[in-house]
Amino acid sequence: MITWKKITLLPFLCLNLQTIAVAGAAEDIAMEADKRLHGYGDSIATLKMTLISPSNESAERTLRVKNLDVGKDGDRSLMIFDTPRDVSGTALLSHTRADSDDLQWLYLPAISRVKQISARNKSGPFMASEFAFEDIVTPYWQKFSYKLLREEKCEALTCFVLERTPTDSNSGYTKQLVWIDKQDYLQRRIEFYDRKNSLLKIYTATGFKKLQNAYWRPAQMLMVNQQTHKQTRLDWSDYQFKTGLNKDDFSENALKRVK
Amino acid sequence: MSRFFTALLFLPLWMPNAQAFELKSQAGLELTAFFDDGAQQQAQTNSSIHLQTEIHQTLTKNQQFDARFFARWDKQDTHRTHADVREALWLHNQGAWQWRVGIGQVFWGVTEGAHLVDIINQTDAIESLDGDVKLGQPMVNMSWEHDVHLVDIYFLPFARERVFASQKGRLRLPWLVDTDNASYESGAKKHHLDAAVRYQFNDKGLRAGFSIFSGTAREPELIPDIDPSQIIFTGFVPTAFMGDYQPTLRPYYPLIQQAGLDAQYIVGDWLWKIEAIHRQGLAQDYTATDIGVEYTQVGAFGSSTDIGWLAEYLSDSRGSQATTAFEHDLLLGWRVAFNDTASSELLAGVVSDIHHHEQAWRLKGSTRLNERLKLAIEARVFISQKPPSALQLLTTSNNDNKLTALANDSFVRTDIIWFF
Repeated sequence: MITWKKITLLPFLCLNLQTIAVAGAAEDIAMEADKRLHGYGDSIATLKMTLISPSNESAERTLRVKNLDVGKDGDRSLMIFDTPRDVSGTALLSHTRADSDDLQWLYLPAISRVKQISARNKSGPFMASEFAFEDIVTPYWQKFSYKLLREEKCEALTCFVLERTPTDSNSGYTKQLVWIDKQDYLQRRIEFYDRKNSLLKIYTATGFKKLQNAYWRPAQMLMVNQQTHKQTRLDWSDYQFKTGLNKDDFSENALKRVK
Repeated sequence: MSRFFTALLFLPLWMPNAQAFELKSQAGLELTAFFDDGAQQQAQTNSSIHLQTEIHQTLTKNQQFDARFFARWDKQDTHRTHADVREALWLHNQGAWQWRVGIGQVFWGVTEGAHLVDIINQTDAIESLDGDVKLGQPMVNMSWEHDVHLVDIYFLPFARERVFASQKGRLRLPWLVDTDNASYESGAKKHHLDAAVRYQFNDKGLRAGFSIFSGTAREPELIPDIDPSQIIFTGFVPTAFMGDYQPTLRPYYPLIQQAGLDAQYIVGDWLWKIEAIHRQGLAQDYTATDIGVEYTQVGAFGSSTDIGWLAEYLSDSRGSQATTAFEHDLLLGWRVAFNDTASSELLAGVVSDIHHHEQAWRLKGSTRLNERLKLAIEARVFISQKPPSALQLLTTSNNDNKLTALANDSFVRTDIIWFF
């Protein structure tokens, strides 16, 4: 009887150890990808957002985006809308941290009002696009748990394919599959699964450039909703790094003085 | 002082090394249909056009100049035909510090039912009934912000008078407000130096502001100005006015002190809000509060629409003597964001007096027609007793029904705005 127990338990134990090791590796990959996205100090960029309907009608929005990496204190971002003209001057300030809920403030220029908004609406669409709030903020590896599924070819490169599960119950997703290339640890493709665990959206990032010889950024991000067939394309341009922005440029007063 | 502010307007023109300025404008056509003729026989329809131009100029890395001009022409109301410098502000920021000098706009507060705490600017009362459209306020503002702390100090050298509807305007009182004959408690009249300070703490979901204001009241007391020789008496009862005579209300601006609290606490999808003030210096010291909650359903009913549910309770310690309609009222409201390409949204709400049968309904919505065109709609319904005539106002007093003057003024309005 004793022998039988040993025999049956052994593969089970081995399997367990293996998944732990794999989860560890998956986490390391996510951590490395995260590390390479951070450490940029501060950045300014222009964003053109194109909403494309299934019948190919499109609508455009333009924004200016400022980011600040405050290390352990998290990330700050300030988005200023330029078009459509009726929302011109509207601005969104976000403070995100690995270890707590995001904080968000919206500035409405017509009435000079700053509103702190609930960051729990993270699963809601950002500016009527296919990107949710939680898709556009800088991700933290800490906000997911991981599994390494496989390695496979992704275009000319080899990618790790990770399955990550959001730890935040307010996320609109049950899981995401992420393709991270082995060479530069860049997120090239993400499949988003909705709360019913069916495939909702596919994100692809293309046109990666190493800016200022240090920071890889994609020129284009495309999000295609697999259920509604709507798409949103983000075109990034005019990237600037280390421009000298600091915390005072991401304060409430800073939010109110943007134009 | 006003000469100084005029000079400020031209400041950017001779600032050296200034970059080209940015210009943004919008023009709109507003059409209003009232459900009934006015209580003073005003017309049932109205049309109006408005124009707003904004100038922004970055002067240096730490300095900017912003100006906003507004003008409206109104077919019905000569007082609503008006122009205003909403903003003409020079700003300098250095680290945690920020200085602003000129004409500015300041908003304090969190609630939707009433803006109690908000006091720096005079309300442009005939532009909007909600108190969120304001006249430009001359100011020197010093601000310091560090992490969760924000301190603002304001010196306000000049007070603006509230605008009231003219004879032919709608949404007016049975007696005209004689805005040409305003009086002040201060010997310096509107030039009394007012001051205000506000401290705000904002950490995690808690955002709380404590404010103190000392100076000229923004809300005037309206004092009846009656010429007894123009009244025809039958016995001791006034029965008519001589000829075209109408009593008037004269605005009186006392010096007041106001302490205010505005706070919001976010717990998940719930927003808890409170605004409270204590005001001294009027005929009667008083306390007013607006306390409420807002719950947001993100992606309601499996759609991409967000629905916000609002409930607020408003009270005023003066009870029936209150000068606002919010003496013991309940606000219920719904905020709908369709999250569509046109950014369509809708706000519906009703304020009900819990002791008397009075209700004020509002519906506001907007949608983008194209890149440069926006359509806004507004509907308001006032449910109260029939508005009193000028004579009835003299002979009867009805403090319980604050909305009677507006009972004939329910309306639907569309505003089409072009951005260029």
